[in-house]
Amino acid sequence: METKKAIITVTDLIKKYDDFVAVQGLSFEVYENEIFGLLGPNGAGKTTTLEIIETLRPKTSGKIVVDGFSVDKNPQEIKQIIGVQLQAAGYYPNLNLTELIELFAGLYGANIKPMEMLEKVNLQDKAKAKYKALSGGQKQRFSIATTLINQPKIIFLDEPTTGLDPQARRNLWDLITEIRDAGTTVVITTHYMDEAEQLCDRVAFVERGQIIALDTPDNLIDQLVNSGFERKKEVKKANLEDVFINLTGKEWRE
Amino acid sequence: MKKYSNTTATLALAKASFRSIMRSPSAVVFTLAFPLIFILVFGFLGGGGTRIDVGVNPGSDVDNPVISVLAKTGMIRLVKDKSKEDFDKLLEKGNIDAMIDVHKKVNSAAYSVNVVYTSASRDKGGILKSVLNNVFYDKTLKPTVAEIKESTITGRQYKTIDFILPGQLGFSLLSTGVFGTAFVFLSLRQTLVIKRFFATPVKRSSIVIGEGIARIGFALIGAVFIILLGHFFFGFTLVHGAVTVVNMLILATMGIIVFMGFGFIISGIAKSESMVPPISNIVTLPQFLLSGTFFSIEAFPTWLQPISRALPLTYLNDAMRKVAFEGAGLWDVKFQIMILFIWGIVIYAIAVKVFKWE
Repeated sequence: METKKAIITVTDLIKKYDDFVAVQGLSFEVYENEIFGLLGPNGAGKTTTLEIIETLRPKTSGKIVVDGFSVDKNPQEIKQIIGVQLQAAGYYPNLNLTELIELFAGLYGANIKPMEMLEKVNLQDKAKAKYKALSGGQKQRFSIATTLINQPKIIFLDEPTTGLDPQARRNLWDLITEIRDAGTTVVITTHYMDEAEQLCDRVAFVERGQIIALDTPDNLIDQLVNSGFERKKEVKKANLEDVFINLTGKEWRE
Repeated sequence: MKKYSNTTATLALAKASFRSIMRSPSAVVFTLAFPLIFILVFGFLGGGGTRIDVGVNPGSDVDNPVISVLAKTGMIRLVKDKSKEDFDKLLEKGNIDAMIDVHKKVNSAAYSVNVVYTSASRDKGGILKSVLNNVFYDKTLKPTVAEIKESTITGRQYKTIDFILPGQLGFSLLSTGVFGTAFVFLSLRQTLVIKRFFATPVKRSSIVIGEGIARIGFALIGAVFIILLGHFFFGFTLVHGAVTVVNMLILATMGIIVFMGFGFIISGIAKSESMVPPISNIVTLPQFLLSGTFFSIEAFPTWLQPISRALPLTYLNDAMRKVAFEGAGLWDVKFQIMILFIWGIVIYAIAVKVFKWE
């Protein structure tokens, strides 16, 4: 990957909750117009890191700059140029999708047509439906639509495909790729290594609040293969999931 | 970059919240259905006033001015055609409130009226006594009596609806403010709706104000509906017409703001949605029962009255009645408004401490 301009710069990020250190000295850059994956087991600090960048959570120390704005000094400016999809967030009760989009347009001060937003995520048929009545994949597509309302430079997606069936996942990958191709930077977290391999331009592995690897999926796999790794009954030499397990080296956690 | 407008954000929230409230069955039931049911029940029950059952003694003269005047008051229901024994039993149980026996005096145009009250129905007997005193004492002496009857009766016409409606209106505001606010903020917090809002440039104050505008708007629409229905169907007295309605709505706004403060506190201390109703009831039920919603506070035992006089709804009800029935202006009820204001300060001071955003 040729040298690119960093749109997010995280330097020595530390987050402590009482006596528990959730994030201990993270540093990484997200380049403009890429899909950047934060991978790691539950409790590794992915969501905490995202929420600190999104200005939703205070940090203990470290420096974060998003498109030239500091999270300490310009949180309002950052909010205006980012779109956020939270893990398991609900929407205002009793409203249909069109009305929810109108609400967010008001909150962002954006002048958009709700129907056009719904068309972007292929939900125009559900314009009058309530959020609760949507399927899992439709809910995630709607959540992504709400992140696009303010025409953000960066969107953050926290486990958008968790709990979705394979078709819905692939459908969402296409949507996320389209968004990247339209010029938006995407930061995504996921548990699925096949997803990261397919979707992400670069990935960072987070373990116990630290980054233990950061590169393109291809490079990471090559490195592992070059180190002499071999799969039993191999079809291919390795996939990204092997890198993940090999690096974190621990049992799956809930 | 276009300048961000907090007003736009606040109004967008108010609009969303208002739509949501209008589609929420519980909000509509608490704000409109409950108060209307009570108003309908009391409206039809009373027929506009207290009713006193008076038995006419068998053998009494029935075709005389005394009986006909009593029948015309609309307040007194004359019970005839029963035996002396039946009447005695009814009187004993308080099923009728008094017995009347009218005879023409010998060698005179005047009547002699003999009334028997019952200790089973002292208060209604008392009303009858004063009615008789006012209407008939002079009557037996004078031949022309129509004017006295008219003035006496209209002067007492404080209808049930004039008492019940302001109380129900106050209760409607209380439940909308407390239950509605508590449920909405708790559920917005728990479903991370508020967290998602925080990822937009919206200010916290916009969220609270937007929600407040929607709830006040909804409560006032409910209030207008209750007042107009009471006025046109049950003869609720609005002394100065539209001005009185506006004054009542201003009082309603003050009331709902104070009551929403309770809701903010409850949303902060409740751990789950199932905890909202019990805690809300602790706030609303005592006020429902003790703030003169159904009965005048004076009717309570003296030890209970200080508690009644400490509750905010008491003062809202009081001010509403003064404005509606006595035609008082807002300045005339400044004492009640002041008490509400003090409650507001105390409640919001606590709300700021216990309210949780996430």
